Amino acid sequence: MICANTLGGCSGSTGPKDLNFPIITIKDMVAAQVPLLDHLGIKELVAVAGGSMGGMMALQLSVDFPGRAKNIIAIATAAKSSAQNIAFNEVGRRAIINDPEEGLAIARMIGHITYLSEVSLTNKFGRKIQEGALASQKFGDPLFEVESYLKYKGVGFTKRFDANSYLYITKAIDLFDITNDLSRGEGRFLVVHFTSDWLFPEYQALDIVDRLKDSGKNVSYRVIESTAGHDAFLLEEEKLGGAIKSFLAGAKT
Amino acid sequence: MIDYRHRLKPDYKLIREFITNGATVLDLGCGDGTLLEALIKDKKVKGIGVDIHPEGLNEAMGRGLSVLQLDLNKGLKSFKDKSFDFVVLNMTLQAMWDPLLVIQEMVRVGKKAIVGFPNFGHWQLLFRLLATERMPKTKTLPYDWYNTPNIRLMTINDFKSLCAGNGIKIVKDRYLSTSGTEIHRPFIRWRAAEGIFLLTQK
Repeated sequence: MICANTLGGCSGSTGPKDLNFPIITIKDMVAAQVPLLDHLGIKELVAVAGGSMGGMMALQLSVDFPGRAKNIIAIATAAKSSAQNIAFNEVGRRAIINDPEEGLAIARMIGHITYLSEVSLTNKFGRKIQEGALASQKFGDPLFEVESYLKYKGVGFTKRFDANSYLYITKAIDLFDITNDLSRGEGRFLVVHFTSDWLFPEYQALDIVDRLKDSGKNVSYRVIESTAGHDAFLLEEEKLGGAIKSFLAGAKT
Repeated sequence: MIDYRHRLKPDYKLIREFITNGATVLDLGCGDGTLLEALIKDKKVKGIGVDIHPEGLNEAMGRGLSVLQLDLNKGLKSFKDKSFDFVVLNMTLQAMWDPLLVIQEMVRVGKKAIVGFPNFGHWQLLFRLLATERMPKTKTLPYDWYNTPNIRLMTINDFKSLCAGNGIKIVKDRYLSTSGTEIHRPFIRWRAAEGIFLLTQK
């Protein structure tokens, strides 16, 4: 199994140190990963799998490097970013441009909400108030538990992620639109959707499925019951694992 | 748990006869893909399966089949008009919430449609209903009335009049007895355990 840091990221690969860095796309990210396969001497992958942006990259690989992966597994993703996807990303970017440090935390807070679901937030926090917070409340301090959770997630993110990378990677996601190229994709496909994923709703998964099916590809589609929202692709290991295991078992060797 | 074992029982032979070599096939209620896999092997068809149950779909994927998890009760929105030579629905119509919508969608998407279903007008069922005043159970309909997935029990005559009233033409009809042998006239409506119909849009 090969997991590579992405172009534009901040964990080793080339990334932006300021806004003079050129705009990058999902296509560029995939083009930058293929030399790694060459370097490792791998001509053909059994499968390429990815969730969310990773799913976009998996689809892009099938189009730009046909035959490089025999099976393509696209999870909780879309053939193009929707207006809502772009809108959420833009709020995050505005916050960062306004104040890179604090802004990145806010961007992550917004992002995090879009990764969860109304049900999962209710189950996890409901309206629980932080112990003692009501008595000693200074306006601006977290009062509800969900507030302190988001703050914790946001601040934690700034310690391991770079604000410029966030700007460039979200822009790459926004620019992604493979709808007209998907018919050229090669391989056997599995598309997976999670029922509570409102960031990438089912119509986006079906858009991928329909385009592949209508161009005569071997495509399978699985819907996985989950209340976890978009994040389900990181959490529903058993159900997702079962689908992937079965799909790969059907790969012609 | 759904039992798919009936899928390659004698009805398969009749379905296979309806389907031409090398055709494109959409198998609705494909379960674990047994029927589709057999058609690919025997008739060299190119096919896609549709079902809603994860276990069957996973098994079908494991056989290398192309299968989609869709709810047939929502129609076949993903499929264009006449995009398949045959759309097959075998032993599934009786479990549909909206059987008419499903049949209409089948003849829209397929140049031809094949529907096979258990005949609730079989004389043994009629007799048992009369004698016991309870909803009958059989090998193919083994459930109690309150837990059966078969929510739309119909007779051969019910099906024929549904087609006649909705612009659907029955091109061919074949029938099987409880032992799986093909039966012919007379009194088919009482003797048939299962009917298999080849349909088109009028």
